[in-house]
Amino acid sequence: MSVKIKDFSDVEYVLPGSAACAGCPSTIALRIVGKALGENAIMLMTPSCAVASIGLLPKSCYSLPTLNICFASAGASAGGLSLALDALYEKGRLKGEKPTVFNWVGDGGTYDIGLQGISAAAERNDDFIHFCYNNEAYSNTGVQRSGATPLHAITTTTPLGKEVHRKNVPLLMLEHRIPYVATASLAYPMDLYRKVAKAKSIKGFKYIEIHAPCYPGWKFASSDTVKMSRLAVKSGAWLLWEGEYGRLTLNNPTSLLAKGKMELLPVEEYIKSQGRYAHLMKSPDKKSYLAELEEEVKRGLKFMAGRAELI
Amino acid sequence: MKKILDTGNAACALAVKAAKVDMVAAYPITPQTSVAEKLAAYIGSGELQAKYLPVESEHSVMSAVAAAAAVGARVFTATSSQGLLYMHEILHYAAGGRLSIVMANVNRAVCAPWCLYVDHQDGVSQRDTGWIQLYAASNQEIYDSIFLAYKVAEAINIPVMVNYDGFLLSHSMMPFEIVDQEIIDEFLPVFQPDWRLHPDWGGTFGNVTPSDEYAPFRNRLADDMIKAGELIKNYAREYKELTGHWHGDLFDVYRPEGGEYFLLSMGSMAAEMELAVDILRKEGIPATGLRLRVFRPFPGAELSRLLPPDAKLLVFDRNHAFGTGGGVLLSEAKSVLFDRKDQVKITGQVMGLGGEDLPGDYLAQKAREMMEVLK
Ligand SMILES: Cc1ncc(C[n+]2csc(CCOP(=O)(O)OP(=O)(O)O)c2C)c(N)n1
Ligand code: SF4
Ligand SMILES: [Mg+2]
Repeated sequence: MSVKIKDFSDVEYVLPGSAACAGCPSTIALRIVGKALGENAIMLMTPSCAVASIGLLPKSCYSLPTLNICFASAGASAGGLSLALDALYEKGRLKGEKPTVFNWVGDGGTYDIGLQGISAAAERNDDFIHFCYNNEAYSNTGVQRSGATPLHAITTTTPLGKEVHRKNVPLLMLEHRIPYVATASLAYPMDLYRKVAKAKSIKGFKYIEIHAPCYPGWKFASSDTVKMSRLAVKSGAWLLWEGEYGRLTLNNPTSLLAKGKMELLPVEEYIKSQGRYAHLMKSPDKKSYLAELEEEVKRGLKFMAGRAELI
Repeated sequence: MKKILDTGNAACALAVKAAKVDMVAAYPITPQTSVAEKLAAYIGSGELQAKYLPVESEHSVMSAVAAAAAVGARVFTATSSQGLLYMHEILHYAAGGRLSIVMANVNRAVCAPWCLYVDHQDGVSQRDTGWIQLYAASNQEIYDSIFLAYKVAEAINIPVMVNYDGFLLSHSMMPFEIVDQEIIDEFLPVFQPDWRLHPDWGGTFGNVTPSDEYAPFRNRLADDMIKAGELIKNYAREYKELTGHWHGDLFDVYRPEGGEYFLLSMGSMAAEMELAVDILRKEGIPATGLRLRVFRPFPGAELSRLLPPDAKLLVFDRNHAFGTGGGVLLSEAKSVLFDRKDQVKITGQVMGLGGEDLPGDYLAQKAREMMEVLK
């Protein structure tokens, strides 16, 4: 399926008046996701920037029916809601086509507090899409570390830089051998759109994680959200891939980078304008820090390319 | 109608089947487990046309049924003890969200230390979550309470917890009468909520809310909770007319005639309390049993009405209200009777924790001790 931006629907599911920061990655991503899913959908959200920016009751900047659930609840709530819809449609209590059920959840709600419930929903193959917009921190509560915060990044709870690696939750999802899992980037909207449309067409558990550079958290210019997304992919700091039932495929440009058909951008190009890494750039050990991060990127690329060869 | 001999858990599962729920989610914990298993079996065999979600924890149980209730499904779950405590966050969400959930809580002590047997600490610890709480004292009452719970929950959009004692009821065989399905269907028609979280209805649920909007939501829940008392009374009567089954409305009163000493308790110990009342009456002590059926909303006005001038209230708590020197029922009773101008006297004791046996003669002895205190 090849889609062009001009083919995207005119309907907006994120309405003017959102309280999100200008250039918020969650808002940009949700606009595209809404267009790919259409209006027959039900959204669930856990406490996050996406919820804080809804606007105060009785107003909402999201035009889809939305359930604002508790922080650790995404997997079970979406699974329960979807199963209840199955029951009601089977009994004829509801008529027409079952809406697409999807979660819109941050990395905190996905990698940390909600991981157990999401893993369980994946294992049960509950019928919904879990979207994780990964801004690599708890942004809503003022940018604390999460399990998705990368090595050396400064957050308010890692004031000297995070000393340990981030988790790889998309890979964990792949190993749940669910019908569909994908990573995506704001800089590649057609790829994102295609993946959402594909997830919508599949019954069972689907997981899509969208890299979400957050300028107040990462400390870069608010106009650079998409640029930062692109640099992450081109430097190999964020990999684009999709998987079905445990079979993994790398997507371009990640696939070209893995094959050496495209040159990796130095990681420095990606991190140098992010304030969360400023301490590295100013450090007398800058060189060795950069070498460590390059190593980290290459390991990730090699690992996923190798995994793609397996099955 | 036919009479059968089975356990409290079986009575519960049979009632849930007859209530034709749409969805069940549950996580096993002693002594609740066989409720979850029986319902999974009914759904597996097609006897109950519903979906079963085998979740991985109780936090997820309540998250799942809350979301399912938001799309207008009739849902059920059951738990005990640690499982109920683990749900706590979502119990608040379910009540605040006005979701018509029914849950059985098979009462069991909480840890530490670990203990598998009955007390009421699990249930009373959820006192202020905004759930209606019923306490049953027989397998028949468990069975009947499930229908009452749905009727009330769906009429007033407040979730209902049906409590019954672990092992003493959950695992004890007792005869109880099964009501014909047509009668249940008449009492409890298909759930047709005014609103569902669905594109056909639109709207959002649980938004961030400014203070001036938030307070009315919470205050409405508080007001409706009080109104739920009347509903319970009315529906219990309606159910009696259809089935002949009656367990009292807010209280089940035993030997009210000429009572001076009122022995207040709830759950299966209150059934044993009838023996204690008989023993005391034989000794010439004008004792009356008050079995609380509805812990939330707390029937304060009803309690006051039941107590004649200068009555003496003896409270038997199967739980602690730590830091008050007594149990939760004692605190509740004292607070609702505070405004009485006459000399109602109140005292209480905590007993029966972790399944400690409470035979009638023991309860009578405890009552005598409490009478001494009031002298
Ligand atoms: C049980 C619970 N603990 C803590 C919080 C406070 N809290 C609200 S949002 C949030 C962080 C959300 O992080 P993430 O999911 O990554 O979303 P983001 O804010 O980054 O968009 C936290 C810790 C909460 N709402 N509930
Ligand atoms: S802090 Fe980041 S994620 Fe949150 S609203 Fe602002 S840009 Fe969006
Ligand atoms: Mg985040």
